[in-house]
Amino acid sequence: MSAPPPRRLEPSEAGAPLAVLLPFRPPPPAAFAWPRLRLVHLVGIAGLVLVVGGAAHAQASGARLSALEVIWRWLPLLMWGFGFNILMSVLSMALGTAAGLGLGLLQIGENRLLRRVAWAATQFFRNSPWLVLLFFAMFMIPFQFTVFGHTMPLPDWVKAVIGFSLPVMANMSEIVRGAVASLPSGQWEAAESLAFSRRQTMWRIILPQCVKRMLPPWMNLYSLITMATVQASIVGVSEMLTLTSQVHAAEGGRPDLLAPLYGFAMLCFFLYCYPIERFTLYLERRFQLNQ
Amino acid sequence: MAALSPPEDFGWTPDQPLIRLVDVRKSFGAIEVLKGVSLDVAKGEAICIIGPSGSGKSTLIRCINALVPIDSGTIRVEGQEVNDPDLDKLALRRKVGMVFQQYNLFPHRTALDNIMMAPLHVLKQDRREVEARARALMAKVRLAGKEKAYPGELSGGQQQRVAIARALAMRPDVMLFDEVTAALDPETVKEVLLTIRELAEEGMTCILVTHEMGFAREVADHIYFTDAGVIVEHGPPASFFDDPRDPRTQAFLGQIL
Ligand SMILES: Nc1ncnc2c1ncn2[C@@H]1O[C@H](COP(=O)(O)OP(=O)(O)OP(=O)(O)O)[C@@H](O)[C@H]1O
Ligand SMILES: [Mg+2]
Repeated sequence: MSAPPPRRLEPSEAGAPLAVLLPFRPPPPAAFAWPRLRLVHLVGIAGLVLVVGGAAHAQASGARLSALEVIWRWLPLLMWGFGFNILMSVLSMALGTAAGLGLGLLQIGENRLLRRVAWAATQFFRNSPWLVLLFFAMFMIPFQFTVFGHTMPLPDWVKAVIGFSLPVMANMSEIVRGAVASLPSGQWEAAESLAFSRRQTMWRIILPQCVKRMLPPWMNLYSLITMATVQASIVGVSEMLTLTSQVHAAEGGRPDLLAPLYGFAMLCFFLYCYPIERFTLYLERRFQLNQ
Repeated sequence: MAALSPPEDFGWTPDQPLIRLVDVRKSFGAIEVLKGVSLDVAKGEAICIIGPSGSGKSTLIRCINALVPIDSGTIRVEGQEVNDPDLDKLALRRKVGMVFQQYNLFPHRTALDNIMMAPLHVLKQDRREVEARARALMAKVRLAGKEKAYPGELSGGQQQRVAIARALAMRPDVMLFDEVTAALDPETVKEVLLTIRELAEEGMTCILVTHEMGFAREVADHIYFTDAGVIVEHGPPASFFDDPRDPRTQAFLGQIL
């Protein structure tokens, strides 16, 4: 009678403790789902609620409103401010994306001089602090301008949008340049051998393939610019952070309200940007697998 | 949109070589890759260019459709001078189709779209006519039914056949093939070679760079052997393979066969 052959261990059984030795296989991305709440998220959100609620409990005595009540009372105003941040982020993103697409195309265009200029502009705006660019826009752009005899006022928030669109433009320009450069040169050669002009090649063959590659960094940029819009409070635009500090002052400047109020602002941005961030990650992983 | 006017004829008649290269020279930086190459290709002829890696075969055939500009010499395609600063590239490239080693299909468009794009957007031909022709070409390369497939969903051999159909859709007078089976596994090589052989037999003028010696022997009317930027030896396949004269050819064939 022969002994049964020794059973080979499956890698999964062989070494739970040695799993690090196994080749790394990225898990296949599941269909996109809204971020599930994991422990860390719960802890984060619970922390914020504690800050808000805890402060509320401690101070809820006498005529003074609790922090939650304060937030509740000013909620429409605060949300209006937050909406303004979103509006600025969307507008500066749209403006910056359009301008950045143009600048990026000039950077890889045929005209040598334009290429140089576009490159220099891209580098300049990409390597300046966003806040400096914001100041630059606030003070360099006139508060009104005249078209055909009509004087049009240019409100501060419009100038801020222009200020935010400058770094978006420069980063977008690099995203475009990088995506185009990342395509294999065979695509250009095939198009050339089929008698496509340079312009046709760009718009019909190169750019459509780049959209996929540009989407994740572009969404990342959007997240960043959304969070950066609070800097507009420094130059006096009535966005969420400005209103938060005004609410704080209106409530008598109570120190115990500082953390809950600003915590609330933080929570709003987090809840807005986090899903975008997750979706970007998901797209990145999906595109990597498809390549 | 109206179709483009018919191409100029440059005074060329079919009894002249369809392609004529005279003393073509090309350097990349300090390296001279083509050191005076001359060859003629008659209409309906299939020629094979063979030679060791780095001998300038790809550079040579890329010069013919002006993907690579040359330094000196003459290249005429149906009488049109390619080495001309005012070259009408569109006119040249609608006469010369090219197929690459890496297929280079456009991955964001379906097989059928890949074939239709250039006739539609470059030649501005009628969509219905172009689509009918594209479907016929798909059938010709034995891919009927795969019209809606994206390149990523096709095997290497299938992609290469779509690439051949894509070049044919421009109705070229000559086809350039640059090691089009080098990236394929042995099984799929056959289907691609079969497609090329049919083309050559139908009378398409073909210039092939290949490492498939058996195929070159069967299909080519003439073989050119290049080494270090010059044509060392050329002749009809029978004499070229059975009775090579130059020691470099002998050494190369000795290694490969
Ligand atoms: N764009 C380029 N820039 C610089 N050098 C180049 C370029 N293209 C080709 N070369 C050089 O020219 C020489 C000939 O290249 P080519 O691709 O024509 O050879 P080949 O005969 O096709 O070789 P293979 O059989 O490997 O494809 C090589 O030394 C190569 O490094
Ligand atoms: Mg080559």
